[in-house]
Amino acid sequence: MTLHSGRGFACINYPIGMNLGGDPAQALVHSTPDGKFMVTLSAIDLGQGMKSVTRQIAAEALGVPIDDVYVDTADSDTGPHDMGSFASRGTHRVGNAVIRAASEARAHMMEAAAEELEVSPADLDTDGAGNIHVKGAPTRRITVAETAIAAQFKQGRTLSGRGIFLIEPSGVDPDTGEMSPVTCFAHAALIIDLTVDDETGEVEVTKINSAYEVGRALNSRLVEQQLIGGAWMGVSHALYETTEPYYPDRREGPLDFNAYLMPGPGEIVPHDIAILERPAPDAPFGGKGPGEMCANPVLPAIANAVYNAVGVRIDALPITPEKILRGILAQGGARPQGQRG
Amino acid sequence: MSSVEFRKELFADERQDDLKQIGRPAIRQDIRGHVTGRTAYYDDHLFERLLHMRCARSPHHHARIRSVDTSEAARMPGVQRIVLAKDVPNNLNTLLSLINFGKDDEPLIAGTKVSYRGEAVAAVIAETELQARQAAAAIRVDWEVLPHVLDVEEALKPDAPQVNAVYPDNTFDYEPYDHVKLRFGDVHKGFAAADEIVEATYQMSPIEQAPMETCGAIAVPETADRILCHTGTQALFFSLGTTAKLLDMPSSRLHFVGGTVGGGFGGKVDSITEPMAVLGAVLTGRPVKFQWDREEEMQVGAPRGAERWVIRDGVMRDGRIVARSFTGYFDSGAYTRLSSYAGTKGVGHLPGPYSIPNVAANVFCIFTNRTPATAMRGFGITGVDFAIECHMDRVAERVGIDPISLRILNAYRDGDMKAHRRTAKNTALVECCQVVADKAGWRLSAEDRAASSLTGTTAERQAIPETALDEEGRIGERRAGRVTGTAPTERSTGRLPAGTRGRDHAAIPVQRPDMEILSERVGHRMPDPAEAGGAPPLAAAAPARPTPPAASPPPARPASASPPPASPPHAAPAPPPAPPRQPEPAQPAHRSEPTAPTAPARGGHDPAPPAQPKPYEPDKPFSRGVNRPGVSRFLTGRRR
Amino acid sequence: MPKIPVRFTLNEAEVGLFVEPQSNLLEALRRGAGDLSPKYGCGQGTCGACTVLIDGEPHLSCLTLAEAAEGRRIETTAGLAQGSSLHALQTAFIEGFAAQCGYCTPGMLMAAKALLDRNPRPSREEVIDAISGNLCRCTGYEPIVDAILAATEGRAA
Repeated sequence: MTLHSGRGFACINYPIGMNLGGDPAQALVHSTPDGKFMVTLSAIDLGQGMKSVTRQIAAEALGVPIDDVYVDTADSDTGPHDMGSFASRGTHRVGNAVIRAASEARAHMMEAAAEELEVSPADLDTDGAGNIHVKGAPTRRITVAETAIAAQFKQGRTLSGRGIFLIEPSGVDPDTGEMSPVTCFAHAALIIDLTVDDETGEVEVTKINSAYEVGRALNSRLVEQQLIGGAWMGVSHALYETTEPYYPDRREGPLDFNAYLMPGPGEIVPHDIAILERPAPDAPFGGKGPGEMCANPVLPAIANAVYNAVGVRIDALPITPEKILRGILAQGGARPQGQRG
Repeated sequence: MSSVEFRKELFADERQDDLKQIGRPAIRQDIRGHVTGRTAYYDDHLFERLLHMRCARSPHHHARIRSVDTSEAARMPGVQRIVLAKDVPNNLNTLLSLINFGKDDEPLIAGTKVSYRGEAVAAVIAETELQARQAAAAIRVDWEVLPHVLDVEEALKPDAPQVNAVYPDNTFDYEPYDHVKLRFGDVHKGFAAADEIVEATYQMSPIEQAPMETCGAIAVPETADRILCHTGTQALFFSLGTTAKLLDMPSSRLHFVGGTVGGGFGGKVDSITEPMAVLGAVLTGRPVKFQWDREEEMQVGAPRGAERWVIRDGVMRDGRIVARSFTGYFDSGAYTRLSSYAGTKGVGHLPGPYSIPNVAANVFCIFTNRTPATAMRGFGITGVDFAIECHMDRVAERVGIDPISLRILNAYRDGDMKAHRRTAKNTALVECCQVVADKAGWRLSAEDRAASSLTGTTAERQAIPETALDEEGRIGERRAGRVTGTAPTERSTGRLPAGTRGRDHAAIPVQRPDMEILSERVGHRMPDPAEAGGAPPLAAAAPARPTPPAASPPPARPASASPPPASPPHAAPAPPPAPPRQPEPAQPAHRSEPTAPTAPARGGHDPAPPAQPKPYEPDKPFSRGVNRPGVSRFLTGRRR
Repeated sequence: MPKIPVRFTLNEAEVGLFVEPQSNLLEALRRGAGDLSPKYGCGQGTCGACTVLIDGEPHLSCLTLAEAAEGRRIETTAGLAQGSSLHALQTAFIEGFAAQCGYCTPGMLMAAKALLDRNPRPSREEVIDAISGNLCRCTGYEPIVDAILAATEGRAA
């Protein structure tokens, strides 16, 4: 038995939001009597952090601390319409709707504060810590809580906002395929190091290096969660997962997790990530959704690394030991392609 | 073991890193609920006298239902109700009918024929899950087994079994063709001029989304004759609208609650458990839970569809790819679900993040007697990225060029024209390649290290070439045996002049000025108002005017424009003026603006302007989008 | 068939239930005792989302007959915190971003608690071994392993 080392590369871009647009998202923002803010959505948090990232976006757009914002989703009686959590649209579409709703609420808040401070709203700014002050004169200030109390109980003013975000829907020209698919793209490049056992055909991924361009990491740890977990899923797709091992034959389909295989905690791959941020002009604070694209480059990079290790090209996923061994057998032995880089 | 670094020096002049809340590693809003077990997923709601629903399913890939005998099941202990196709008020739907795309082609419960193994033919509602399961197993169906087809290319043959009566040719209708076409330049001329041709076929496997929480919903009769539905859906109003339509109920009678979901990955968009549970609650007047078990999740729940991609590249010895054609087959399974959308999305993604002057694609959405496919993380893209990036390595090997160097050479840059006739902007592929090579110690040439997404475009790369057109593969021709080939044909029937393109589509501006965030608070350089045609910041560039290619380096903001909050107040100069506000509720006045010519290349390296484009509006686009923004079918349960 | 009476302690409180014959402990805890922290993930004993501690040992409650809980001491994630004071594992999961959708988290925490209760200073390999019956589809496991190790360090301090 010999372990052959291989290294493979892949790079990708990824469209953000539903293809061809036409997928609206709405948001509502209102303040409590003492100046905390509720964001009401119909977006879905399926683990990607929808509630958390929209909370952070709302806080930034309002100019208040994150802890003073709470996101409530998704109740069709109170939440305004949203298409749903798919197509990497949450951050971009819902985030923009939240910015718009929060901006309108902020405008009302600044008007209320201006009335209390007897200045023009344009002369005011927030400090992000719960205060509104006169630009250039931080001691002339009022707290957001005092502003909200004055607005509601004295001025008869609501600190609330509505937002909708929609990319105008595009059609497709049937003769050329001309279309406006999306307005921004995330990017990634990734290098896989692995070993292939030429006796068993087993692959062990030993290292992932990656560079992900995400527009802006709106929450650095949420992005990290996606990139680490997404790359894990990419490894899983490349090497293990299928509902039909003999596709298009439907025999031998797995019915449980004993037969549907995924890597476990014993197969954690060290993953060194670089995050690049080129803000997209129409994205919330420039941020593109990283959740889907993170898995994509892993699949081809593994296939390319397997070829580099033993000279066998596996063009049909998943890259199982059986396929690798058949390939090695067909060419009369492993044919390492030489060190890369 | 793993590590994360931020490469803040890259694109630094396009960013302001003075945001107060954005970027911080704030803890998740939902995390305390997760670690204390208090987070309430759809199933974490207790109801008195909850009933359970289980389905009887087809053991055959394709069969006609002669009769269903429920007499034994109905007598079994605990059984409250048996649900058949006739109990579904409007038993034909397609998910994307909610955005006017595609024809209704799938029953909630099959009544006359099943088209995949596992398709539901009846449901049992009983007091316990076990009783429902036992009664479902006692339902007897008299089947007439029909011939089936499982392979996408077999399904295209004229004599293939007909999977779905609504699409008799086994292909989704992309009017007027049976596939999506992409035509940019002339690939066959490109192949003829190339030094090398590299061709290969790639196959994606069907993959289960495998969220830890299976699909499910609990429906509960509520006050005011409404139904409350706790759901694990990924798309609340998709599920609500689908339920309203299938059950012919006004949407105002439905109260959907969700938003806290135990993983989705695309598998919780299909909106099957919600109408089933609501129907059960309507029929029994009691709370009903319909939850897939893990076996159903794996073999009945729609997987990521298997895709097959054939890629053919024409490449020059120096590594420039001069022509690339695709033949793509999306295996939709027995019904459309979302595969039609994936076909179009996949075509919008071609030819990957590269500038290639001649590109063509034929992409099919094909019906087979398999479990319907649906969305999964990277939907419409993961499979073709696998194919493209494996193919790039094949090409690199053929011409003897370093794989990363080949990518950088062909990478799309700001200002390049993409194959779907839109200008690339905000690109960063080159930088990702450089950074990861550096991290992994993969040596690049000085030229590759000096490359940039901001430079490198040329008049040639910005231009839309004259394009060879054809009309092969009209709906029905293949079934009639008049067309056999699936790859983009060499027999062109017309030429589209160079430079021909329509208008871009962008965000619709804010409806009131107050909803617009101030430009100095967004954390990045907004498009120059002149460049953006006066559109408000978040509307990005005005749709009718492509961003000038290789926009000159962003005017660096004066460093003083972003004072840290703590700086002495009097030292802080005034922020730069905000761009002009959009005056009034902006009706998209840009709709009729003519197309602007492509701007000349930067730096004057290549003064020859590309061919003058003319305004172009495709005369018969097939519609995928909402025809009338603001008038949504989500608002009604009625079919139109 | 008549229902069967079962008595056990759940997070130190006494519980008495009548359960269906053949029904499992997961349903008894969730719908009988109202403790919704153990989750249904597969019903086949292959995912670990329903993990609870029985007399201190991790068990898959979906494969455990409810009547087998008679007289036993059962612990779930709902009882992990002492009042409003979180367990070290919970704090470590929060600070380590060790959950995304959160559905596997209660089972993970129970598997981890069983380990730490018998081995307060486990090695990385022992942590991996302890959670190898618990599946997670979101995180890639690394943040979970790191959080459990961080919790042991917190205890030592």
